Amino acid sequence: MSKSIRIASGQGFWGDWLEAPVRQVEAGGIDFLMMDYLAEVTMSIMQKQKSRNPAAGFARDFVPLMERILPDLVAKGIRVTSNAGGVNPRGCAEGVLAAARKLGLAGSVRIGLVTGDDLMDRLDDLIARGHLLNDMDTGRPVTDIRDTILSANAYLGMQPMVTALDRGAQIVVTGRVTDTGLTLAPMFHAFRWQVDDWDKVASGTVAGHIIECGAQASGGNLLKDWQKVRGLTNPGFPIVEARPDGTFYITKAKGTGGVVSVASVTEQLVYEMGDPTTYITPDGVADFTTIHLAPAGRNRVLVSGIKGRPRTDQLKVSIAYFYGYKAVGTLVYSWPDAYAKAKAADKVVRGRLADLGLEFEQILTEYVGVDATHGRLAGEPSPDLAEVQLRIGVRAREKAPVERFTREIAPLVLTGPPSVTGFAGGRPQVEEIVAYWPALIDRNEIEPHVTVDILEA
Amino acid sequence: MSKTVKRRRAAPKKSRAGSGKKSRTVQLRYLAHGRSGDKGDTANVGLVALEPELYPILVKEVTRARVARHFKGMASRVERFELPNLNALNFLLHGALDGGGTISLKTDAQGKVYSTALLRMTISVPEALGRRLRLPRA
Repeated sequence: MSKSIRIASGQGFWGDWLEAPVRQVEAGGIDFLMMDYLAEVTMSIMQKQKSRNPAAGFARDFVPLMERILPDLVAKGIRVTSNAGGVNPRGCAEGVLAAARKLGLAGSVRIGLVTGDDLMDRLDDLIARGHLLNDMDTGRPVTDIRDTILSANAYLGMQPMVTALDRGAQIVVTGRVTDTGLTLAPMFHAFRWQVDDWDKVASGTVAGHIIECGAQASGGNLLKDWQKVRGLTNPGFPIVEARPDGTFYITKAKGTGGVVSVASVTEQLVYEMGDPTTYITPDGVADFTTIHLAPAGRNRVLVSGIKGRPRTDQLKVSIAYFYGYKAVGTLVYSWPDAYAKAKAADKVVRGRLADLGLEFEQILTEYVGVDATHGRLAGEPSPDLAEVQLRIGVRAREKAPVERFTREIAPLVLTGPPSVTGFAGGRPQVEEIVAYWPALIDRNEIEPHVTVDILEA
Repeated sequence: MSKTVKRRRAAPKKSRAGSGKKSRTVQLRYLAHGRSGDKGDTANVGLVALEPELYPILVKEVTRARVARHFKGMASRVERFELPNLNALNFLLHGALDGGGTISLKTDAQGKVYSTALLRMTISVPEALGRRLRLPRA
């Protein structure tokens, strides 16, 4: 294929704007719709849901969404790549199949199902064979947390998705694949690029990085000249117009709000960046210092010049484990002396927690309106603040002290400093903390286990 | 802080050593925009020059050491990377997120607004440039 393809972003995280993929498909003129659902801890949430109900464990929103847009996808020949499958990609794919049948589309929809990323059942075997799965940040061995692990998944690259597309899948459903792979796969499928063409891998990776957070590349959360961004009631999610030579445009659908500019793309490029010369994915390594951006008309930016290096021998593994409990309580103190009252209230709470002999790993107090976002950099507040929100958080390995803490906020209303309100939400909730453990594993331990199935509606 | 801070810069508004030119002190918000995010307990801050001609000033003035001093007590270690192609600097603020992710109790557990915290910093810019671009004095 020698002409360009258009890959549209439809979802930047599980919980993103529900209308975005619908608007992308309605506007048309796109070949692929990529939808990223998986943040680092999403898998563990899904694992928890699956342990209660074996039919759950994927992004539930995805099935009704597909039911809503499938007729249009089929009519327009738009294909979907999505990691909505979470820890139950088969259940997700079957949900989409059922939706297709319900719509009378039996025989006209093929689903590509990618599995093999889930390591839960293989974990003990891998550890026994010497895979330490050390925490990439702290170096601790995974045996330290073995009993508390809730989910473990390898990040797969684009290749199984390319296979699914090559075999005619209209909807590709996966578990833990990289966000960027969802955009790379359509390019490698359409352009027949060689998988060791590292500059092409890097180009597609950068394209994927730009659109994987949805509207964050097209005017959402844009700091530069934010007051001038118009039409955010209907933001146009970004679209990659990819060309066979590896260069691409970032744009958005006509008639939508937001903005695509060098500034909007640059802000997204630096988001969650580490060493810019070495952006590692399962498919290759991209050098972000080679990216060239140029304005190419209204809401259109040309991206070119991207260089890459060979992929590494390892894949990243994301492990989620149970850590402990936390709770956050808030109250609002009003003028006059709002900040002083809030500080006095904090002292009372800490004193009562100490008198009860409760032990916490941490107690953190923030004063919203004074220091919650910038800490001491915000400087001394005005003595005349209209109000200050007291925000106290606690964390402990045991549930009991956190539970008790949640009872210590409301009493302040009648037993603490005056002019207090904002307690209508009731007692703070105790939250279970599921923490994230990034690790590396040899690629050849994972790839032979990856499978691609084609399911017919 | 992992490093001792080198001797302080010359006070602003005075003649800069050797150059003999005047400078003015300007808050970074008038020189750059940016975005920040997280990786575990590390926040990243991408700082992007508002105009290409301002990028060399950012490179010279917004040093690793000065950013470490700016975030003193809020991050344990700071790294800096240059992206001249994007007129941008990328800073990694290690240990800045109170454990990060789901463990952190902070409002900004994911470092989303560290970018604006960096924009509070002030640096010196040549007086002539400051006058031409009408950069407000800090």
